[in-house]
Amino acid sequence: MCCLTKFISRVQSLRLTSFTATSAIGTGLAATLAALREQRSGIARKKWETLDFDACIGEVPGLDTLALRDDLAIFDCRNNRLAQLALEQDGFEQSVRDVITRYGSKRVGVFLGTSTSGILSSEIAYRHRDAASGKLPANHDYRHTHNSYSSADFVRRYFGLQGPAFVVSTACSSSAKVFGSAQRMLASGLLDAAIVGGVDSLCLTTLYGFNSLQLVSSNPCKPFDINRDGISIGDGAAFLLVEKAENAVHDDILMSGIGESSDAHHMSTPHPEGLGARLAMQAALKMSGLQPSDISYINLHGTSTHNNDDAEDKGVTAIFGTETPCSSTKGHLGHTLGAAGAIEAIICALALKNNFAPGGVGTETIDPQLHCNYLLSNLEQPMRHALSNSFGFGGSNCSLVFSKITA
Amino acid sequence: MSALQIYVDGISLFGPGLSGWEQSREVLAGDAALLLAPPQLPPVECLPPAERRRVGMLIKLSMAIGFEAVRSAGADPAHLATVFSSTEADCDNCHNILETLASPDRAVSPTRFHNSVHNAPSGYWSIATACMEPSTSLCAYDATFSAGLLEATTQSLNSSKPTLLLAYDATFPEPLFELRPIPYPLGVALVLNPVKTASARAQLSLSLVTSDASKMPDAELEMLRLNIPAARSLPLMQLLAKGSNGTVVIDYLEPLNLSIEVQCAV
Repeated sequence: MCCLTKFISRVQSLRLTSFTATSAIGTGLAATLAALREQRSGIARKKWETLDFDACIGEVPGLDTLALRDDLAIFDCRNNRLAQLALEQDGFEQSVRDVITRYGSKRVGVFLGTSTSGILSSEIAYRHRDAASGKLPANHDYRHTHNSYSSADFVRRYFGLQGPAFVVSTACSSSAKVFGSAQRMLASGLLDAAIVGGVDSLCLTTLYGFNSLQLVSSNPCKPFDINRDGISIGDGAAFLLVEKAENAVHDDILMSGIGESSDAHHMSTPHPEGLGARLAMQAALKMSGLQPSDISYINLHGTSTHNNDDAEDKGVTAIFGTETPCSSTKGHLGHTLGAAGAIEAIICALALKNNFAPGGVGTETIDPQLHCNYLLSNLEQPMRHALSNSFGFGGSNCSLVFSKITA
Repeated sequence: MSALQIYVDGISLFGPGLSGWEQSREVLAGDAALLLAPPQLPPVECLPPAERRRVGMLIKLSMAIGFEAVRSAGADPAHLATVFSSTEADCDNCHNILETLASPDRAVSPTRFHNSVHNAPSGYWSIATACMEPSTSLCAYDATFSAGLLEATTQSLNSSKPTLLLAYDATFPEPLFELRPIPYPLGVALVLNPVKTASARAQLSLSLVTSDASKMPDAELEMLRLNIPAARSLPLMQLLAKGSNGTVVIDYLEPLNLSIEVQCAV
């Protein structure tokens, strides 16, 4: 094994066998990579659904007219349409079919993250209750749309899988934490492979809800900027097929470390010193066997709210100092909430494979109170290991380390 | 696959006519009758007053089962990783937000919004117990108990540390009740330990099987088992209540179920 990966324990690592991402910056990996290369944002000010204010959102186009596969029609909702669109990209389906052939349908798990699943369908159904009885429209399918498990159920049936499955719903850390669930399931011998990822889509609950907390910016978000004033919400879906890492080869990407922690501080505000975030980053580094100086790039949670960016900066600089290149990609595609962890995992994988650290978008003047090395333009450099942060409501923190195998 | 082995150090159950483990144990062992009525829950403890005012049924229930299980294990909750598993977030809160969004004035309350996340019970628990350990929050529709037990067991075995599993469900008001008719709130909690200690009450050996799920002999307990995802655990809880050795099969995801061999005298 080569020097660049000698510190990584392959026993605990997961190999990213295949992956794909769809968001406002593009459908599939090629479009996503191009947008990162061009530092292009998919956030736009627009009218959406019945929203009574113009919002800056990262919308995936075409979902209103997308048809689910006939045999999966009961799952029809924006969230599962987005899931299907993402699954159809980058040869991901074929990769899954290949592992099913290799291991059998009971040995492939499905662990997905979402925060609001298909709740938009219940939001619409509540606008069409029977005036006399209060009943919801007869065609409303709570189980297959609104319930949090819907997306994992959809993906499991999409591939005819028969293995373990669940949805993790820990707000904005959801689809980072699924890597841990898959890693433990594989290590326990229950599975040979798993589909991990996340799907979250625009809905009124999050748009009005974050607005009520005064956390939605009236402009496209600008993480780490002196004038940052809130998030931009986006649609997003990302799927990764993971296996044990023993057979990883040159240029493969491994998830080499995961760290999880709780803030134990407040339901919707991070620990002011980034203490929980620090614990998660340290645990991820420890599992990967790496030192902070080994990390080539940090994909920040970087939501663009005042408190979140401030706490994360304190946490990052306490561990990494002020030199490690960092950025948030929320300025590109918005905050995709429960899908953010998986999308940003894939952004780290693209950055490692293509040897560049993506510069942030939307940010003009870095807040002088923040001290990490926030990139405003792409940095071409050899990339070996990247760390990604995801933090959610309820003080749920998760950090992931990704490493590139170089032969 | 070889079976996953884990010890049970602490147990709790709150549900209709099942007010804590001592009473539930008598009902499940057949020594007392089940009187179906909304669960009697202890007051929420350890939360600052501002937080305590904001909590609904789901958080009261998860706190009640969590503290009872931790106490019965003699464990320190500040050092326990947790797995929260439920089929839905706070149902009353969800209904209220949906009604607000369907009204002309869409002023969602900020407190209702942050309480709407599926991991709100985990967030309140970590604040109440000052616990910074890993915590996850799962949903697998009706398979939520087995999904949580597998996650908590693999978490515990991989970290070599005890883990607290909390599986609980609350009830929707109409109109969603018609689509998801969970009749009563019910929750179970187990402190799982990869190591045998003086606190161990039973050893569980878990494996995935394709045989049918065990049923409850009592009609009302079987009604609870079939209609509340967390109550899918009842055949396991009955063995633990009786202190009997045996094997039960718990519902999971078609075509897999979870076989649990229970050894009570450990």
